[in-house]
Amino acid sequence: MRELFQRFGGWLASFFLILVAIWLVGMVLAPNLMTLDYALRPNLPPARIGGPEDSYSLANFAYLANEAVHRTIFFKTVWASALVTLTTFVVCYPIAFWMAQRATRAQLSIALMALIVPFFVNEVLRTLGWYIILAYRGPLNAVLLGLGIIERPVRWQGDLGVLAGMVYAYILFMLLPIYNAIESLEKAQIEAARDLGAPVWRIHWRVVIPHAKAGIATGCVFTFMLAAGSYVAPALLGSPGSRWFTEIIYNWFFEGGDWNRGAAYALVLLALCLLVVLVTLRIFRVNLADVAK
Amino acid sequence: MSHSVELSGIGMSFGTTRAVSDVSFKVEAGEFFSILGPSGCGKTTILRMIAGFIQPTEGRVLIGGRDMKGLGPNQRPTAMIFQSLALFPLMPVWENIAFGLEARGISRAERRRKADELLKLIALEGYGERMPGELSGGQRQRVAIARALAVEPGVLLLDEPLSALDLKLRQHMRAELRALQRRTGVTFIYITHDQSEALAMSDRVAVMSAGLLQQVATPRQLYDDPATPFVARFVGETNAIPGRITAIDGGTATLETGLGALRGRAGPGAQVGGQATLYVRPEALIPGTDDANNLPATIDRVDFEGAFALVHGRFDDGAALAASVPSTRLADAPEPGARASFSFQPRHGVVLADA
Amino acid sequence: MSGADRIFRALFVFYLAGFAFYLFAPLVIMSAASFNESRFPTVIPWQGTTLDWFRAMWADRAMWEALWTSAVVAFFVVVISIPAGTAAALVLTTLHARARSFAYALMVSPLLTPGVVIGIATLILWRQVGVGGGLLLIVIAQASFIICYVMLMVVARLQRFDRTQEEAALGLGASRFMVFRRVLLPFLRPALLASAGLAVLQSFENYNTTLFVRGFETPLTVFIATKVRTGLTPAVNALALIMIAVTVIGAVAYELARRRRLRDNRAADLPH
Ligand SMILES: Nc1ncnc2c1ncn2[C@@H]1O[C@H](COP(=O)(O)OP(=O)(O)OP(=O)(O)O)[C@@H](O)[C@H]1O
Ligand SMILES: [Mg+2]
Repeated sequence: MRELFQRFGGWLASFFLILVAIWLVGMVLAPNLMTLDYALRPNLPPARIGGPEDSYSLANFAYLANEAVHRTIFFKTVWASALVTLTTFVVCYPIAFWMAQRATRAQLSIALMALIVPFFVNEVLRTLGWYIILAYRGPLNAVLLGLGIIERPVRWQGDLGVLAGMVYAYILFMLLPIYNAIESLEKAQIEAARDLGAPVWRIHWRVVIPHAKAGIATGCVFTFMLAAGSYVAPALLGSPGSRWFTEIIYNWFFEGGDWNRGAAYALVLLALCLLVVLVTLRIFRVNLADVAK
Repeated sequence: MSHSVELSGIGMSFGTTRAVSDVSFKVEAGEFFSILGPSGCGKTTILRMIAGFIQPTEGRVLIGGRDMKGLGPNQRPTAMIFQSLALFPLMPVWENIAFGLEARGISRAERRRKADELLKLIALEGYGERMPGELSGGQRQRVAIARALAVEPGVLLLDEPLSALDLKLRQHMRAELRALQRRTGVTFIYITHDQSEALAMSDRVAVMSAGLLQQVATPRQLYDDPATPFVARFVGETNAIPGRITAIDGGTATLETGLGALRGRAGPGAQVGGQATLYVRPEALIPGTDDANNLPATIDRVDFEGAFALVHGRFDDGAALAASVPSTRLADAPEPGARASFSFQPRHGVVLADA
Repeated sequence: MSGADRIFRALFVFYLAGFAFYLFAPLVIMSAASFNESRFPTVIPWQGTTLDWFRAMWADRAMWEALWTSAVVAFFVVVISIPAGTAAALVLTTLHARARSFAYALMVSPLLTPGVVIGIATLILWRQVGVGGGLLLIVIAQASFIICYVMLMVVARLQRFDRTQEEAALGLGASRFMVFRRVLLPFLRPALLASAGLAVLQSFENYNTTLFVRGFETPLTVFIATKVRTGLTPAVNALALIMIAVTVIGAVAYELARRRRLRDNRAADLPH
């Protein structure tokens, strides 16, 4: 703090500090604390707010625990997000490895461009693309019918659609960190392992993956967080049977009209994400500074 | 307008590291003053205290007789040239040079004029629009100097500005710096760990070791009359023969050594009965024996260098021998392992108490 | 090359092609659908090529309003997040080790918070002072996490800054403010421009957070999502195609500029 003042002088330093304080306190901490406050109070009509019933309790959280449908949707969101994360990882890892270790300079440059361009396109639009492809009378069904692979059109919308759309949406978040991590692995290490006669899978398992663990952790953390908090893909590509936890939260706010319960649900989602972040960082023994790059 | 700089009892601690302790000296206005010492001895720290980038933990800095306490670097009549030069890479050369003038609110036209003037002074006319990245090392060096001179500082602080240059350019720049200092009359405080640089350029030199001031003197005095064992060893080559002082008589000390009794001038701190060392320069050693001060030795190697030959070997007490002998006085190159004897005048030896 | 290797390689090329197809098929199909006469956006069956949907889109007042709303939001998000993100980066880099890692965790936490939660929390806080969803809250909610991106980009750039430049400027008599304006700020400029671009993109593309704080406003993403659910016609695809074209051109230009800058920087950086 003293260094800040020494370096920038009183006016600038104060200005910077005020900006940062407004951001961290006013835009990060206060909203979350207020949400917690909301989550702990009952939903009351304005007249009775501050009255005797307006006391702290865990009722809103208990509601989630006891409401079977919501609870199921919550756990489904968790495992589905985990599945999205795993699938994205499996899809991305070979590409990341190829880009980092095998691709020529020109190939790499094209590959990066090809990856970054779709990422720059709006998530809603990307999802819209899948919406069209997966439509009941859409091109995917048409092609599969034409090839005789299926007899009748398939309703892709639902779990499968959501999975396809989400994996697609978060590829880059998984790919880039892993690519960066593998890139710093010396080719000689892989060659040395190969010289020792290690089979391919073993080289990856024992050499590449341990080296890239920070990147993998980062990719997984972000993908999980984005998937669990996703709203677009389930809303557009899902079916009534594949509701996502975020949709329930949305309903509490804009249809159920119970913000307090919605706040509690949102906090549960937040807690889930933070838990996943912490556990992943712990498992991979990575620290936060390596994650946010 | 040049200023004097006086340090009185300054010290600097970084946490538990003691970078500088109790250093006092005064640099006269218009003097070319060097600070010489090995890496990490606190030279840069002293300079940064003078410039005001750091505040000494104890002691005072006076510039032009005025106490600088509490004044920031932008309020002091000093300009500094950094070890890394620290040119502004995104400004053209002329804006670099005129930066200090801009800070003083001088109009653009006037700044440009002054910058051109200085470019001429450093022989870089027409380079004003270049970016620093497009200059050679020596040219950058000169731009850094011009940038510092532009603000007409009372004191110019130079932190090993030539260390990044190759030998040839370094020698050239030395001469230029010295000439520039004469011409401008600005007080120069010049840091270096290269002793020949310090000796060649300076009016006076301060020698430092491990945060402590060892001696402040003219180059000649430093060489001839080192005040401490450190200075004797650090500045120039020397032969060091340890012993114990048995007598001091009219400024001449007698030292009982492994080579017998030797006589030399008594340096500061020399006391009868104390452990001391006799220091003799290689060029003060004369081959052959004399009435006194004879140093028997065994020769390892002779490096013939034209006018002089450097003789390396060991004195009989085990101390290293280095003698610089005019080639004419060296009959035949002695074989390695040959016996030889050297003598020296007592006034060419100095006896300093061991630290 | 052994036979197994060859098979492996062929498989991989196949995989690569599949990946590229996966990456681009949705964009291509979506774009193509905007030229199909069919009322519902699709490419099968192809009922004839037309530009009608572009005309329809062009004539759609609501679309223009949504675009305008998004532009206004993006503008203010940039105005807020560039100074705040820069300030955060500078504060962060002057902190000492322990305080720094704490501050860092706090500063990146919005990136690890689901977008919906950010929207909800902002909505709830501002309800306390009687402000409901609308432009103001959209800007605030978006800025609260976009600042993180700016902060990270500025921090990355700061790591390459040579602090002695600041000292040199001070030593030449510059005020702290002038040092900031003339030395540090020009150095940060490329990072600031890049993060402004990123902020605009993030703001335009944001849906999750915006959805909760939008009140009665309809930014572009919300407009599109609503259309998809209530009355999807290829006019939406026409809009999508244009947006894709703009972002692709922007992305390519950005990438090229970044590469050129990398080269320039290498030339301008003084060797030490
Ligand atoms: N900011 C600092 N924090 C902690 N220790 C420091 C700092 N600056 C210098 N030191 C320490 O103070 C001592 C003196 O450093 P200084 O930079 O003055 O040396 P120097 O004589 O200029 O060396 P060189 O010739 O290598 O430049 C060193 O031991 C150094 O590690
Ligand atoms: Mg130094």
